[in-house]
Amino acid sequence: MKDFLLRYKSWGKEGKAGFLISPAFLWLLLFFLIPLGIIFVYSFCERGNYGGVNWNFTFENYKQVLNPVYLKTILYSFWIAILNTVICLLIGYPMAYYISTRKSTVFKNILLILVILPFWTDFLVRTYAWLVILREGGLINTILLQMGIIQEPLKLLFTDLAVIIGLVYGYLPFMILPLYASIEKLDPSLIEAAYDLGANGFNVFWKVILPLTSPGIIAGSILVFVPTLGAYITPDLLGGAKVMMIGNLIQQQFLKVKNWPFGSSLSFIVLIIVLALLIIYIKFGEPEVEK
Amino acid sequence: MEKITRRDFLKSASLIGMAGIIGFGSTSCIENGSSKNLFVYNWPFYISDNVIKGFEQEFKIKITYDNYSSNEELLAKLHAGASGYDLIFPSDYMVAIMINENLLEELDLTKITNFKNLDEKFKNLSFDPNNRYSIPYLWGTSGIGYNTEKVTDKVLSWQILWDEKYKDRISMLDDVRSIANPALKILGYSINTTDPGQIKEAKELLLKQKPLVKAYTSDTYVDFLKSGDVWLSEGYSGDVFQVIKEHKVIKYAIPEEGTELWVDNMCIPRGSKNKESAEMFIDFLLRPEISAEISNTTWYANPNSASYKFINPEITKDKSIYPPQEIMDKCELLKDLGEANKLYEALYNELKST
Repeated sequence: MKDFLLRYKSWGKEGKAGFLISPAFLWLLLFFLIPLGIIFVYSFCERGNYGGVNWNFTFENYKQVLNPVYLKTILYSFWIAILNTVICLLIGYPMAYYISTRKSTVFKNILLILVILPFWTDFLVRTYAWLVILREGGLINTILLQMGIIQEPLKLLFTDLAVIIGLVYGYLPFMILPLYASIEKLDPSLIEAAYDLGANGFNVFWKVILPLTSPGIIAGSILVFVPTLGAYITPDLLGGAKVMMIGNLIQQQFLKVKNWPFGSSLSFIVLIIVLALLIIYIKFGEPEVEK
Repeated sequence: MEKITRRDFLKSASLIGMAGIIGFGSTSCIENGSSKNLFVYNWPFYISDNVIKGFEQEFKIKITYDNYSSNEELLAKLHAGASGYDLIFPSDYMVAIMINENLLEELDLTKITNFKNLDEKFKNLSFDPNNRYSIPYLWGTSGIGYNTEKVTDKVLSWQILWDEKYKDRISMLDDVRSIANPALKILGYSINTTDPGQIKEAKELLLKQKPLVKAYTSDTYVDFLKSGDVWLSEGYSGDVFQVIKEHKVIKYAIPEEGTELWVDNMCIPRGSKNKESAEMFIDFLLRPEISAEISNTTWYANPNSASYKFINPEITKDKSIYPPQEIMDKCELLKDLGEANKLYEALYNELKST
């Protein structure tokens, strides 16, 4: 031990750093890169009969993605992911703004805890709760019927609307938190200056606040868009599995159809899309870093 | 008696799991008076506790009993090697896969003399022609679970799942193969057809049905039948019967066009260290009174014809558990179709993406 400590001291700054990050590096290598590598290799294999793969090289799995049936699923997933991101932004921005501009830190912290609170329960359980809220004898329909606002129960569950409600509910915190961080950093004197120089409310928001908080907007949008693209519990439970998103398609390839290579190639395509978005984020997301 | 479905079990399994480690872990050491052990891996709530106790007392063999929730989970366990289990209960198509993958031990039928108690029509089934690897345990069907308060028509045919009147009150099984069964049976085709033309016709029929379907689901339909959101469900007999016990308005029907038959089987996984004890247990389970007790507890249909006289007549006379011969003749086991599975996958994908 003493020897080791002596040797450790003799290492240079970079040697020490290398030693200290090695657990993290090994962790990522073992549990992230190697599995990813396996999926990459699988995506070029032929399917085994009962799951697994046959070790013959083929491009077939990537060609198969171009089948109109699958393209439609991918496009639909994009549409849902974009819709969810936009709705989360429209709801999340005013909420984040309200929270970050509160004077009392206690009140601010309470609001932030309320945003994070849902994460204490598993996402699947919370989605099940929506099943109960939205169904025919559920909370919403019971209340509306009792108040006499509607005569017949509304069809809420197993619709696209239910899927969107579930997704917005699930991913809103991912939008609010980065927006909050961004708006928090905003210097109020810049807003005052803008007003002093004669800008109206709209212009102050559009030309000063929005550009200055754009890193938060981009970060929040990516944090919402990426997991929505891969969502599969929500369309399955709240959508009644009547439509598929990429996540459902991938899950189905692995568990139901047992076409691991095709599932792998789909996973990789999603990964590439996500990677492309992250590159965009790194390039444009954090303008402050440039200086 | 309070009944719990497989699904309910799974929901609470994680909670019970913790308690189990603490609770059962300590008791089993005390009970274990003999050196012989038997590790049994079965579906949840698929046996009677008395049967296990009876065997332990008579043969002085300690049974360790675990549960799995799907055939696929079982297969994955065996694939991973040395599962440590001595007796498993895979369904028909899974037996075929396991034989194919060389995962099962051959059974010594000379030691399992009670095999003779089985109904002839459950011997030598297509997935294991000479019962070299498997012996049927319990069986059932897929059919229609329905709400008798809401559905006024008689449920005789799969056609009712295409009736406009029940728009948004219908659920279908969300499974690549099961989803197509009703359509194929309406058209008079085999559920194991590999004719692309016939599968295409079934697809057209299913596309026509889609606007009427409230949800495709293989697990939550039970809850929706209970809550009244869904009035007609394509479902499995075992699942629906668990609902019926608590909700008398729900009934189960086997459509006259015929349907899918499933059989769960007793098998010994390759590498079992207690093969003799496992065979003794299989033989024990095939005794008429023991087999009857299992049916009386679980309400699943029994292939053991010698046991019928001990089974509650309410069960044996129920046409939705034991369909009449003319319908039985139109029922089929789901076979693994190998390459032709792709035709069904294409159907499923297209149905879901439209």
